[in-house]
Amino acid sequence: MEAITGRALILACSAIGAGLAMIAGIGPGIGQGYAAGKGAETVGRQPEAEGTIIRTMLLGQAVAETTGIYGLVIALILLFANPLINLL
Amino acid sequence: MEGFGAKILFEIPLFGGIPVTETVVNTWIIMAVLTLFAVIATRRFEAIPKGLQNVVEALVDVITGFTKQTMGEKKLVYAPYMLTLFLLLAFSNLFGLFGLRPPTADLNTTFAFAMLTFFIIHFNGISKKGPLTYAKGYLEPMAFMLPLNIIGELALPISLAFRLFGNIVGGMIIMSLIYSGLASASAAIGLSNLPILQVGVPAFLHLYFDVFSGLIQTFIFIMLSMVFIGNAYD
Repeated sequence: MEAITGRALILACSAIGAGLAMIAGIGPGIGQGYAAGKGAETVGRQPEAEGTIIRTMLLGQAVAETTGIYGLVIALILLFANPLINLL
Repeated sequence: MEGFGAKILFEIPLFGGIPVTETVVNTWIIMAVLTLFAVIATRRFEAIPKGLQNVVEALVDVITGFTKQTMGEKKLVYAPYMLTLFLLLAFSNLFGLFGLRPPTADLNTTFAFAMLTFFIIHFNGISKKGPLTYAKGYLEPMAFMLPLNIIGELALPISLAFRLFGNIVGGMIIMSLIYSGLASASAAIGLSNLPILQVGVPAFLHLYFDVFSGLIQTFIFIMLSMVFIGNAYD
């Protein structure tokens, strides 16, 4: 059985790291779902302010999504543009 | 696939070869189209608008209303900047619909836009509040909060740039993977020169990733710029 080369080890750990980075997707999922629920409840209470409520909700949700996007960017960098290979 | 980075298309033979990437060429295309649109739409203004002038007036109305609502009456001077950002970003993000690589899928482009907003915020902060009040603002509420305040200020352009970049690049990568997946599915049926399965199936995904996501991200970028520029005065 041959030894694991350094390059193979880096690639394998990058793949595991990319998977772990996507766990960051849980946060925005829960937070944005909660915010959407609150938005729906408020529209039910005050249907005439629907435009403002939906705009505010979308704004807040897109800002809250940012950390999930950071996780996605790290995962994509590790998979497709791995900078660790060249440090061997 | 040899990577999702922007390909270098040609090199300008000055100063030892300046590489010109897909991003730059696509931005030239956007500049040409928007300039043409501006020239055609603003020729021969009539008092009662019809046709293209209607669309342009509606657009300016909406953005000016937004600016007035978010930043207040006195800062209406930023409405042209917001409208320019809106047209540029909306058109750049929708480039994926034409099969070209969106220029905002390059971190350089999104970082440049974020730095524009960053410089407007801090230039206004320094000139409107005076350098001393502006610098003292970093020591609030307690003097040891200085590094945290500085990091908080730097977090704004970084998050603006990465939010736009991450959304557009994520959409682009998923669409390329789906297209190559459909191409291999067509090859498995036996039609490897005529990827017929690529027709129609990705249309719904383009609707989400390019149209919906692109327009929402434009809207978010503009709203955040408006809110932070409005707050920079006081």
